[in-house]
Amino acid sequence: MKILVCISHVPDTTSKINFTSDHSAFDSNGIQFVINPNDEFGLTKAVQLKEAQGGSITVLTVGDASTEPTLRKALAIGADEAIRVNAEAKDSFQVAAEIADVVKNGDYNLIICGKESIDYNGQAVPTMVAAICNLPIVNACMGLNLDGEEATMIREIEGGKETVKASLPVVLGGQKGLVEENELRIPNMRGIMSARTKPLQVKEPIGAAPKSSHTHFEKPPAKADVKLVEAGQEKELVQLLHTEAKVI
Amino acid sequence: MSVLVFAENWDGKFKNPSFEAVSYGKAVADKAGTDLIAVTFGNLEDDASVLGKYGANKVVHVSDAGAFDAHLYGNSLKDLANGLSAKVVVVSQSNNGKMLSSFLAVAWEAGMISNVVEAPESVAPIKVKKKVFSSKGIATVESSEERVVLALASNSFGAHEAATDAAVESGSTSGEAKTQSVEVDRATGQITLSEAEVVVSAGRGLKGPENWGMVEELAGLLGAATACSKPVSDVGWRPHTEHVGQTGKAIAPNLYIAIGISGAIQHLAGVSSSKVIVVVNSDPEAPFFKAADYGIVGDAFDVVPRLIEAVKELKG
Repeated sequence: MKILVCISHVPDTTSKINFTSDHSAFDSNGIQFVINPNDEFGLTKAVQLKEAQGGSITVLTVGDASTEPTLRKALAIGADEAIRVNAEAKDSFQVAAEIADVVKNGDYNLIICGKESIDYNGQAVPTMVAAICNLPIVNACMGLNLDGEEATMIREIEGGKETVKASLPVVLGGQKGLVEENELRIPNMRGIMSARTKPLQVKEPIGAAPKSSHTHFEKPPAKADVKLVEAGQEKELVQLLHTEAKVI
Repeated sequence: MSVLVFAENWDGKFKNPSFEAVSYGKAVADKAGTDLIAVTFGNLEDDASVLGKYGANKVVHVSDAGAFDAHLYGNSLKDLANGLSAKVVVVSQSNNGKMLSSFLAVAWEAGMISNVVEAPESVAPIKVKKKVFSSKGIATVESSEERVVLALASNSFGAHEAATDAAVESGSTSGEAKTQSVEVDRATGQITLSEAEVVVSAGRGLKGPENWGMVEELAGLLGAATACSKPVSDVGWRPHTEHVGQTGKAIAPNLYIAIGISGAIQHLAGVSSSKVIVVVNSDPEAPFFKAADYGIVGDAFDVVPRLIEAVKELKG
């Protein structure tokens, strides 16, 4: 079993988001970067599969050298080797095309991405990789079972879930539920030490061109001050919601 | 040229996100000075011509589609887009819509902009605003391609009536599925989080899963869906599918009522697009009050039952 786990290097979930004064880019000053949460569920699932039935895990990101600590963290959690495609991520299509090139040349049985990165929220990379490589795709995946060459997956749908089957290799867009929150691994000292010597290959990009560009960034408009209603005056609140806000 | 909109149906029925996507498509078509063609897949219970009410000039009904698969639906939609000389395809970001829009963008060799929240500023080239950084930012994105797939964030644009007479034609699928649907497990008759106009949500302040009765009662009275904070789903008081926030679902209802949730930055990221936010919390310093429109400082176990009585009185 060869598993490719694609990860994104994103601002920590507690980050306050700011943009440069000319509104042209995200201001990464003082920002801590982490493995994208949706990708971490997939990475943990890959480690569990490897422990249960053997195999190898390659972790991949598209980014500059500043993303390497995030790759090392994934190695410390349990990946065997890392690949960094040496290109600045510009849009979903360009990132997917670079990943697809690794997939085509890697003979992987399972390709796990996160369903969405929490920075640019494209929600597109896993499906685009599958489309380029002509592989089955299950996004918003919250369960995976392997039986030989057949994968059974549970995906989220509106108001419930659907069980689907496909033949390997498949591409997954993972999310919470693929593993539980309390199953996520915190790298231990042995993991961190061994991660230092695991191979991290820098691959030059195929030079896929993005199909869109971000021209301007702004913050959402600030909220007006909260209107507080005294406890005991719930009728007044309900009236406000009915006549002023007109939402009930 | 034309603008195409994929109008999703659920078990043959159109829902608010279907009409919202058609309304958005209408805004794009008007801006481009062209017609809007709606496409819908699978067996229908509703009459397809209802999409005309929201501005579709024509509806193509592909009844032989079967269960969703990104390859089957994506390749079929690509052929329809080519056959109808479309330049823009609009898809609502449901679970299927996210896969369909991304697949189509590759198959149709188009640009794609997802999470869009407003009608485009311009159509040649397409330039449009989208939510980024889990709603902590808004970016303007320009497509460098002539063909563009626009994936619309739910409840961002609204459904607007624009009565048009829409003729219904039939279409067919092309290509093959690469996944097989085995089983669908869905609660029927419940309002789902993604389509709910009102959401009642609760957090650790409720102290235990046995106390959710009043949350469900309030939600029932308001025709609302129920949701919860991350700690509550982590400890298993409520299912994961109810978790709203940065690593759960991002929602944008007209009214979001948060009970006993402090309002951590990760939670706000998933709910800040709500039009009106009401916070009930016993801690006056809870950060959620800064993001709220209305608030009550008080114990949920006192406030919520009184709120239920007040809503009953209003609804008569």
